Amino acid sequence: MERDDALFQFLLRMGDNTLILGHRVSEWCGHAPVLEEDIALANTALDLIGQTQLWLGLAGEVEGQGRSADELAFRRDVWDFRNVLLVEMPNGDFGQTIMRQFLYDAWASIMAAKLIESADERVAAIAEKAAKEIAYHLNRSSDTVIGLGDGTDESHGRMQAALDYLWPYVGEMFESDAVDAAVAAAGIAPDPASLRAEYDALVARVFAEATLTAPDSRFAHKGGRDGFRHTEHLGHLLVEMQWLQRAYPDATW
Amino acid sequence: MTRPSTDTIWAWLDEVPDPEIPVISLVDLGVIRDVAWAGETLEVTVTPTYSGCPATTVINLDIETALRDRGVEKIELKRQLSPAWTTDWLSEKGRVRLEEYGIAPPQPAGGPSRCPHCGGGDLELISQFGSTPCKAHWRCRECLEPFDYFKCI
Repeated sequence: MERDDALFQFLLRMGDNTLILGHRVSEWCGHAPVLEEDIALANTALDLIGQTQLWLGLAGEVEGQGRSADELAFRRDVWDFRNVLLVEMPNGDFGQTIMRQFLYDAWASIMAAKLIESADERVAAIAEKAAKEIAYHLNRSSDTVIGLGDGTDESHGRMQAALDYLWPYVGEMFESDAVDAAVAAAGIAPDPASLRAEYDALVARVFAEATLTAPDSRFAHKGGRDGFRHTEHLGHLLVEMQWLQRAYPDATW
Repeated sequence: MTRPSTDTIWAWLDEVPDPEIPVISLVDLGVIRDVAWAGETLEVTVTPTYSGCPATTVINLDIETALRDRGVEKIELKRQLSPAWTTDWLSEKGRVRLEEYGIAPPQPAGGPSRCPHCGGGDLELISQFGSTPCKAHWRCRECLEPFDYFKCI
């Protein structure tokens, strides 16, 4: 695989993860259980969309077809998205949203720390910027997982159910394919499989404190990061997210 | 026009208020990383605070407007991501003004040192996020007033 083809795919994976998760989190705006959480979720979504502009902006530059971050976000259809399935899963209740956030933040924090050392200085610069925001998100999502997990019977039950539901979507973040091999060989990004041990240790610490138990299985749903088989949920998300650019192409204001 | 010196440009930019926190300037905020002439073009290097902060676009527009109003015709704004913006770059003047305005300035310890209203030290975190991405929400247990804390990053 050519270096730039692999880099383009890698950047789509990074940018689509933050885009789709950012959009999902933004769906809470005006609906969160308390005002402070509403503001926190909106700010988290904002950071994720900001990171998307950097990742997809660079993706467009590397692709060299003149596509901007906006065009990549709003003019591609489901099968062209490269996000992991985890981030397109529906919000569910507040606990499920926070659990999804934690499972992603933990991965993103480990990934960003490695990308700061990337041989591609553009990738390193974005990672350096994003790492600070990710660290803050992880701080909040792990605190909230612990607070709700080790909370009331009701909150504990909901957090355990969220973990049981989302755990089969964790494995995809550590899949490796030809794209990963090519960017790893070029020193651009680590092989995702190499991040698993650090991830397992991080989430185990938080789950122990949260009195939650991760399922014993390593079964993983996959098909998002190569676009082969997204869940039915992504199409519904895109219908809403892309509606304006689909109905009024090139609309600006 | 003759090219104004970069010191003059810095002084002009120090008069451009931050769009969200107008008591401090863009120079106080530390987002302007460099000002340099490249021939007849003035290059201003700007770094974003948070990657998704909506004020970034307004900041760029305000820089351009301020410079054009003073007769600079060719302006190029360059975005610089690395080194990433840090609250260490907030000026001393900016920190003092933030506190006078009711926003506790960032502290290396990760939380406010005192209430910006009454100076009290018995403080509690209400939420890790506040009215903008750069702030968290705290409350003083002495005067019971809530206040914004400028997050330390």
